[in-house]
Order: sequence, then C-alpha cells, then structure tokens
Amino acid sequence: MYGWVWRHMFGPWPLKVIQSLILLVAVVALLFLVIFPWVEPRLPFTDVTVNNSPQPTAPQVPAQQPSDPFSSSG
Amino acid sequence: MTQVVGSDSSTMPPSDPAASRRALRQDRAERARTAARSIGEGFITMGVVLLLFCTYQLFWTNVSSDNQTTAEISQIKQAFIIPVGPPVSGQPTTTTIADGQGYGLIYIPRLGSDWVKPLVQGASLTNLKKGIVHYATNAQPGEIGNFAVAGHRATNGEPFRNLDQMRIGDSVYLQTSDSWITYKVSRIIIVKPTDTWVLDPVPGKPGVVPTTATLTMTTCNPRWASYQRLIVFGYLADKTPKALGPPPAIASLV
Repeated sequence: MYGWVWRHMFGPWPLKVIQSLILLVAVVALLFLVIFPWVEPRLPFTDVTVNNSPQPTAPQVPAQQPSDPFSSSG
Repeated sequence: MTQVVGSDSSTMPPSDPAASRRALRQDRAERARTAARSIGEGFITMGVVLLLFCTYQLFWTNVSSDNQTTAEISQIKQAFIIPVGPPVSGQPTTTTIADGQGYGLIYIPRLGSDWVKPLVQGASLTNLKKGIVHYATNAQPGEIGNFAVAGHRATNGEPFRNLDQMRIGDSVYLQTSDSWITYKVSRIIIVKPTDTWVLDPVPGKPGVVPTTATLTMTTCNPRWASYQRLIVFGYLADKTPKALGPPPAIASLV
C-alpha cells in the first residue's frame, strides 16, 4: 500500500519525501476536522444531559420507556 | 521476478516445464508476500488512526474547548461592563436569550479555586464545547423554578470532571448581567439517563407550580460512560444586585 503510493509519486526522493509529508498532513487534517468530530457524538463521553437531548443523530428516548440502564448508552 | 530466477532460466529453453513451474512458484510466493505486507500495513495504519483518535479525544478537544471557554468568558465580561439600564417595567429580559449565547459566569470553588465557566444558553453538543449549558426551557438563574445546567465530565474541556466531589452545603455562585446569585448544594444522586424528572420545575413533582428557586446540575456518570447521570441539586441561598459586589469567596476571581 505505502510502497504503491511511493512508486506513484514523481521526482527524485527528496521531492517524494515532501509529497509524503503533504499527504500525511492532509490525512491527519481530514481525520481531525471531519472524521473524528463525526465519530465523537456516537461515543458515550459526551452524554451529559438527561434524555440524551444533545444528540442530534440519536433517536429520542421516550420518557416513559422501561428503565433498562444500558438501553440509551451510545 | 526474472531477476530472482536469474541466469538459470535464461539458459534454458522457454518450453522447459521445470523452469516454468519454478517461475510460477516464485510468482505465487511474491504475490503472497505482497498480500501479507498489505494486510500488515493496514493493521499498523488502523493502530496509528486509533492513537490519533485518542490524541484528538483526550487532548485536542480540551485544547479547543479551553480556547472557546476563554473567549466566551472574556466576551461575557465585556458585556457585563456595559451598564445595565433600569429594569423595564418588571418584564424579565432573560426570555430573549438566543441559543448559544453566553450570558453568565459560574463559579464553583469546590471544583477548583480558580474554577470559572461561562453559562451558555441551550443544552446542545455545540454549546457544551463552550462551557456549562442551560436547559433552555428551565428557569433562569435566581428565578422561581428549577435552574438546570449540564456540563462535560470527560473531554471537551471537562468542566464537571470533579462534580462527584461536591458536598452538601457547597456553594455555586453565578454572575449575571445584573446580580450575584448563590445556590447551596442540597442533594447529590445518580439516576438513569431517562430520568428527566430531575429537570421538573419542582424536581420529581411534575405539574406542581414551584414556589422556590432550585438548582439542578447534570453530567455523565461514570466519568467515561453514559449509562447513568450524576445529579447535583441545590437551592437559592442568596441573590444580591450587581452593585453590591461579588460574594467574598469569589471576590478574587472576578
């Protein structure tokens, strides 16, 4: 995989190193700015309100739902 | 491939069955190595991505939230400098607070001698990154009814990280545009996430019209999980006009 990427870069090796660094920064930026913020609300660390109200993506838990302590984690 | 087979194959006629079998074996072995290497690289990549996620969750969200909190606090302090006009014919102006607006400061000495966080309207994840959020449909600070707030216990600035260390009788101070408000902690419990009764105007008594001012603070429990909520209840102990100055316990922070 990484060998394939290396072979498909152009120029002599110093140029390839620079391209690698640019690619690395781009991937980390994509993870930190798009993917991780998307994953975060789906993990339990941010559930701090009752009734899970701040979770825009999670289905709303009805107040009268039987109280299974694990039913609304997530 | 041809380099590996080397001079042997070049000297033999191409029709030699033994040589072509050898070449085929070599080719298969090379493909297997490539596949194994790719799978290995995939696993290493997944490990690195997971480590990066830990960095994001445990470190970066706190850095980002601390910046937002600091900016929000200075913004609120700026707004507080502007003198408050005389109250408009008894009509409370607090009903016009927009979602995401910081409109007060909270001081809880038990959580740290320099613990001060912005009070932000609306219990959404975006607002939680800025500080302590107010459940928008609940009473405003100092008003009759239940003033309810939430804050992160872990990650994103984690203002309520040590909320479990609150004790009965501890003070929670609020600074609003016109008053100093003191709540005293009266009860600390752990409930299920669906126990919305803690937000009732009179907690646990739905439909009852409140006659006193109370406080509810919620956060997740245990710290890294979400199957419970830690609830701290309190009652209004004091409310003084801004002009009288801050309560002595937090005077050094203001």
